Amino acid sequence: MAPSPTTITPELLQQHGITAGEYQRIEAALGRVPSLTELGIYSVMWSEHCSYKSSRVHLKRLPTESARVVQGPGENAGIIDVGDGWACAFKIESHNHPSYIEPFQGAATGVGGILRDIFTMGARPLAVMDSLRFGPVREEEASEADKPLLHKNQSILEGVVHGIAAYGNCFGVPNLGGETKFESCYSGNPLVNAFALGLVRRDEIFYAKATGVGNPVIYVGAKTGRDGIHGATMASEEFKEGSEQKRPNVQVGDPFMEKLLLEACLEAMKTGAVVGIQDMGAAGLTSSSCEMGARGGVGIDMDLDKVPQRETGMNAYELMLSESQERMLLVAEKGREDEVLKVFTKWGLDGVIVGEVIAEPRLRIWRNGVLEADIPNTSLTDEAPKYHRPVGEWKAPVPVDPPAEVLEALKQPRDYTADLKKLLAGSNICSKRWVYEQYDSMVQTNTVEGPGGEAGVMRIKDSGAPGHERGLAMALAGNGRWCYLDPKLGAMQAVAEAARKVACTGATPVATTNCLNFGNPEKPEIMAQLSAAIDGMAEACRALGAPVTGGNVSLYNETRGEGIYPTPVIGIVGVLDDVTKAVGSDFQRAGEEIFLIGSDIATEIAPIALKSFGSSEFAKLVLGKIWGNPPNHLELDGAAQLNQCLVKLAAEGLITTAFDVNDGGIAVALAEASFGKGIGVNAEVIPIADAPVELSLFGEYASQVVITCSSENAEKVRDIVFGYSELTAHRIGETVIDTFTISVASGIAADAQGKVISCTVNELRKPWATSLDTVLEAEVFV
Amino acid sequence: MKFGVLVFPGSNCDQDTYHVIAEVAKQPVTFLWHDSASLENCDAILVPGGFAYGDYLRTGAIARFSPVMQSVKKFAADGGLVMGICNGFQILCESGLLPGALMRNAGLRYICKQVHLRTETTVTPFTHLLKKGQVLQLPIGHMEGNYFCDDATLATLQREDRVVFRYATPEGDVTAAANPNGSRDNIAGIVNEGRNVLGMMPHPDRSSEALLGSADGWGIFGSLVDSLAAKA
Repeated sequence: MAPSPTTITPELLQQHGITAGEYQRIEAALGRVPSLTELGIYSVMWSEHCSYKSSRVHLKRLPTESARVVQGPGENAGIIDVGDGWACAFKIESHNHPSYIEPFQGAATGVGGILRDIFTMGARPLAVMDSLRFGPVREEEASEADKPLLHKNQSILEGVVHGIAAYGNCFGVPNLGGETKFESCYSGNPLVNAFALGLVRRDEIFYAKATGVGNPVIYVGAKTGRDGIHGATMASEEFKEGSEQKRPNVQVGDPFMEKLLLEACLEAMKTGAVVGIQDMGAAGLTSSSCEMGARGGVGIDMDLDKVPQRETGMNAYELMLSESQERMLLVAEKGREDEVLKVFTKWGLDGVIVGEVIAEPRLRIWRNGVLEADIPNTSLTDEAPKYHRPVGEWKAPVPVDPPAEVLEALKQPRDYTADLKKLLAGSNICSKRWVYEQYDSMVQTNTVEGPGGEAGVMRIKDSGAPGHERGLAMALAGNGRWCYLDPKLGAMQAVAEAARKVACTGATPVATTNCLNFGNPEKPEIMAQLSAAIDGMAEACRALGAPVTGGNVSLYNETRGEGIYPTPVIGIVGVLDDVTKAVGSDFQRAGEEIFLIGSDIATEIAPIALKSFGSSEFAKLVLGKIWGNPPNHLELDGAAQLNQCLVKLAAEGLITTAFDVNDGGIAVALAEASFGKGIGVNAEVIPIADAPVELSLFGEYASQVVITCSSENAEKVRDIVFGYSELTAHRIGETVIDTFTISVASGIAADAQGKVISCTVNELRKPWATSLDTVLEAEVFV
Repeated sequence: MKFGVLVFPGSNCDQDTYHVIAEVAKQPVTFLWHDSASLENCDAILVPGGFAYGDYLRTGAIARFSPVMQSVKKFAADGGLVMGICNGFQILCESGLLPGALMRNAGLRYICKQVHLRTETTVTPFTHLLKKGQVLQLPIGHMEGNYFCDDATLATLQREDRVVFRYATPEGDVTAAANPNGSRDNIAGIVNEGRNVLGMMPHPDRSSEALLGSADGWGIFGSLVDSLAAKA
């Protein structure tokens, strides 16, 4: 007996996103014509979103092992050992397509999905972060083409932030930061990448693996409805005219249900009767059942009549493809199922035996007594198509040399204080308080550094010495413009930046998760970006000792044929042996010495620095042009040494502040550190021979960190920095009360000498602090 | 001395509150499940923050009907010490243990940030170790923290010295700008007529250890522990 075959037509295959070649493989795997339910199952499992068919062959190049890695890619989340018997599960995942179609629910369920990935491994989620990209929201930054989209971009931003807040706040997980950036290319395709991290005792980790023939398969959590059917397939194609009609494909989240599910799952795991467990994310019942079976080398036989249903009349096709949220599938030990079911009853959740583990490695689905699907598991998972898609040759998208008008503009006298204010008000640099104050950043009482700093820092309760617990630091980074200008170097810089931010807090970066947001992989030029970015990531992760433990690939980020900037978002987790030694990013007091440490800006050569200046915020926002390439002298050895040096300085308690120099260069970095406590600077930045002063003030160079220390410690700090062969330290000034002054040292044109920026901290804070509010508060009262 | 921390489906500061009592105050503490009417001989009841029953219908509206709240009402009527934080304050208002209601924030958004409170009365078992007028830095994290009551209730609260905390500037001035959520009269916390039930929106549970940015909330827990010790 076999499921009854459906009538295969080219239209039917096209609706399911299955190519003629893929259909041949389905027939070969089954040895017959599939039923409609089977076709649907193949369609979601072989979608780009679930199968990684375009990226898999490239992802293999990433480093995935180290002494700390307990679980690398392939499970619901990666896991690393963080000491004292604790392991940390973490991952980042995209929810880009749903967030464009329905921003609130799209973003909310993105958070919900990543949280389930963490607690399905037995880990209690303790932190989330988000990396967000939107089209321009400020009129000042919008081109003529952007202007009609401003309002829509604002409403997407508001919807996404409200969605993240609504879900995470109710669930009760603190949001420790992330990044929010704006570029025209994200207007029709915002990015919503959600990161989550949890802790589990190392000997209490759960895996998504079915074992033990005869063991019951239990469905727990929310009931199944018709929402989200074909969500995975939607995320695997470009947006076209009319994509908004796919709104019913976006799932609806219920964070209260998820909170109950979390508590019930962790409690059920404690009974010792749970064998394996997986959340029903993309492709719902389908992926959880066939993946658990495939990992255990067994099969699952499931009767859909038993599945708790929210709507009547759902057929096998709909039940298997629904992406209703807050559901889990688990395998329990035969004879002990009642212990598990009792826990779910206590929490008021459905817990129903829907099937059993069978010896034959197949997925067998029944509905109304009829066999609707009977598929070899591995044909859906490991043996899903893998494509060596044509990788084109990457070509620089813009000229490498600065345009003539830029060179001319850089010769003119400028008001650098006004330029700095303009940069600080820029949406990529300004305060994101409007965003993060809507997130609960303190629940669970572990937050040592919340949003707004270099990296989120949390303590680990019940670890280390009392009062000196261990800590975890985490940061996200991914400069899309840099990757657009050079995907490999841009990806390397993203890894280096995330690791550096973690190291600034005093934590040792130990592992990486990543979310690769790219365009249509069927275009060779997009594959060229993806392949190069993966090469860059691999090189940087290896050099910095932070292997990749998992992540997510989001392709087809295009709207009407326009691709986004290639945007690999990198998340790095670091370990602090004593969290009380964590270093913050605000100046603490006046009268301290300021050092710039890391790679040596004094060795920059004007023509090269001018090329990388084209990738800076200054070029884009003030000069209105981009050209050239990202900072191109990233020495990974030096970057690794800088991280080690920062960890040592923090561990010895020698520094009071550490922060990365990135968007907007050193002038912006110094200003941002001034705002927290109103402590300003009197600084002299380092000139670049024969180059305009703008390059010293606003140029972005790799591997540079500003630190402060007391005068007594200055010598020790200098000694430690110079103990590293690739590092240098320049004393650039001291902290002062209220005023903000930057000059450029001699060695450049006389007219640019002296105080080039001079004002009060408050004058600078205002544009920085109010920029987003001005746009978005007005919005509320429209 | 034994503390009980209520746990409703959707409570999410229950473990934080438990942590302060067990690890900072170093006192015996137990969780009390919403479905059980027994308070297990606890000497003080803490109603934690979160989203009890998902905050469906209205914050605290369903929690008030839980078996455990019926026992808490009796306990409070007998003079037992009860303290509600954030969602706990909302539940106490819905239960009628405290007057007034918490409406949606004036800005219509969830707000999580550090605020300053002025201690308005030290004649309570929760604040007697503080100084009148003392400014505390505590965080808030809520969508519905906008305290409202009618004129008569407000007059009573003022006359009976039952406003415990008001939102203030770091210098201790009670101003409109220091009010984060539109609360009437800048009210952040009140006690009942018997002065044995406290409700407050800011989180002392999130500010009882210096590592978390402020230990000012400890003054409240410390007073509570001291009051119980004096009773015993």
